[in-house]
Amino acid sequence: MNLVTVSGPPSSGKTAVILKTIDSYKRQNINVGVIKFDCLHTDDDFLYERAGITVRKGLSGGLCPDHYFVSNIEEAFAWGQKEGFDILISESAGLCNRCSPYIKDVKAICVIDNLSGINTPKKIGPMLKSADIVVITKGDIVSQAEREVFASRVSTVNPRATVIHVNGLTGQGSFELSTLLYDRDLDTESLKGKELRFSMPAALCSYCLGEKRIGEQYQMGNVRKINLEEN
Amino acid sequence: MSRSVEELTIGEILEKYPFASAYMEQHNLEVEGKEHLSLGEYLASFSEEEIEDRALDGPAVMLGLREYIARMLSFLGADEQKVRSLTILPGTNKSGEPEGFEEFTIRTGEIIAIVGPTGSGKSRLLGDIEWVAQRDTPTNRQILINGEKPDQKWRFSTSDKLVAQLSQNMNFVMDLTVEEFLHLHAESRMVENRKEVVGKIIACANDLAGEKFDLTTPITSLSGGQSRALMISDTAILSRSPIILIDEIENAGIDRKKALSFLLSQEKIVLMATHDPMLALLGHKRIVIRNGGIDKIIDTSEEERTMLGEIEKVDRKVQNLRASLRRGEILTKDSF
Ligand SMILES: Nc1nc2c(ncn2[C@@H]2O[C@H](COP(=O)(O)OP(=O)(O)OP(=O)(O)O)[C@@H](O)[C@H]2O)c(=O)[nH]1
Ligand SMILES: Nc1ncnc2c1ncn2[C@@H]1O[C@H](COP(=O)(O)OP(=O)(O)O)[C@@H](O)[C@H]1O
Ligand SMILES: [Mg+2]
Ligand SMILES: [Mg+2]
Ligand SMILES: [Zn+2]
Ligand SMILES: [Zn+2]
Repeated sequence: MNLVTVSGPPSSGKTAVILKTIDSYKRQNINVGVIKFDCLHTDDDFLYERAGITVRKGLSGGLCPDHYFVSNIEEAFAWGQKEGFDILISESAGLCNRCSPYIKDVKAICVIDNLSGINTPKKIGPMLKSADIVVITKGDIVSQAEREVFASRVSTVNPRATVIHVNGLTGQGSFELSTLLYDRDLDTESLKGKELRFSMPAALCSYCLGEKRIGEQYQMGNVRKINLEEN
Repeated sequence: MSRSVEELTIGEILEKYPFASAYMEQHNLEVEGKEHLSLGEYLASFSEEEIEDRALDGPAVMLGLREYIARMLSFLGADEQKVRSLTILPGTNKSGEPEGFEEFTIRTGEIIAIVGPTGSGKSRLLGDIEWVAQRDTPTNRQILINGEKPDQKWRFSTSDKLVAQLSQNMNFVMDLTVEEFLHLHAESRMVENRKEVVGKIIACANDLAGEKFDLTTPITSLSGGQSRALMISDTAILSRSPIILIDEIENAGIDRKKALSFLLSQEKIVLMATHDPMLALLGHKRIVIRNGGIDKIIDTSEEERTMLGEIEKVDRKVQNLRASLRRGEILTKDSF
């Protein structure tokens, strides 16, 4: 089975792109399953199911969804193998711009949209910088010039990635993307021992553990203070 | 042999490759005052905590810079490999039957219209061209450039795309003035004489648009016609893509005929999916798509060409009516 991890800011078009890409696989009788990771709520599972795609979802609730992702991807992978998928696609919303769910030797896709602003690529951390493929969506709502400027920013931030434009509504570009995601000769047998491409931030403070009260005396562990003296 | 990026100091890198400053900036690396260090030394000067905070991946930054420089050099140095022609070799329609033509070559300076019902495969044809299909798309078509199997670079390069697309949507979304916007675009295209190029773009845009605008206008407050004119002018002048795809430019409040001849003067190939009679007949040929395949290719006939004059007249009348309405006038039979 191939595993493909898809990540990207909320509402950037991940589900739309995955759905269109799976259309291409269906025509080639390639069997695809999806596992969706999110934080509080998602209706994506419904969208996938409606398209006839086998899907599972995991909500991280009080945890960072990317942390939750790493703790659960091995089980998700095993589930995909049991289901007999040729490809398992994981979709996870990148929420904190710091974490990324990419694993070494597992294809990593970042979906980002043209509307997010030209300074966004610079703000997104490893999720964009260490992706193998960057998919840019919503090109239909901006001008050619804006598409070019945005793509050039993305390429500057991650020069090693393949950048591809996909329209999540019409599917334009999704066939092309599909040829980049699936490798017939690749069969990942297990995730055991594989590593994340980039470590997640070490955050463990009293608030992580459920503290609600504001005030210095309640703060323990990994606490850092803002500097308001200068700018 | 020149020394590799690893061996140079940051100062030397920036001097040798001035564009690398964009890379530093996009990676939030404050290299000012660190010019005497090599990038490796500079990266090594961060503490554990800073590395953690910045999500800094030293080796990746290094590899990335090398790749960035290589790409930029190839973009700048590329003697623009001139695209003179585009050839479509037939594939199959949705039923798997061969398409109804032998091979079809389009040359720079030609306008080709693409017609056919919704769902018939117009976008797929445009997609095949953009992807320079090599019998590896659902249509099995093959695309040749200058009569030969093309370089794979067309598929993935962000700076050197084969195709520029004028989208149907006429919005700009960036919060910039026309001038800032054009400078930004010119910068991303590594244009040197920016001021001159920006001036040329705005002059052409104003020539195409009904109502004039200037460099200080915010792009988001341009009218539909002005935006469209700016987009066309900008694409024609700044984009290196030799092929332009246009999705229906009717009712855009610009001089469409002028826009097309302007694009052609820049040695482009123009392909447009349209059912607007005026635009379709402005094309030298039109491709008829049916059931996923190219059904036939029609040369615009003499008779059609003479009709074009009539259609243009009607079109001009309709445009005049539109202008009158805009001016708050009452339409009379004479105004038609
Ligand atoms: N115009 C346009 N809209 C798009 C495109 N791609 C996605 N959308 C729309 O953008 C919205 C968000 O798309 P989704 O695919 O749900 O985004 P997502 O990244 O999966 O969102 P979350 O999973 O909730 O983080 C939907 O309304 C899509 O229809 C595109 O290329 N163009
Ligand atoms: N020759 C073909 N063989 C197989 N599928 C095709 C072929 N041509 C088009 N299609 C598919 O048919 C669908 C509709 O085509 P599209 O290009 O979107 O139509 P249009 O732009 O004319 O409305 C798309 O999913 C496309 O991939
Ligand atoms: Mg989604
Ligand atoms: Mg279409
Ligand atoms: Zn996080
Ligand atoms: Zn915490």
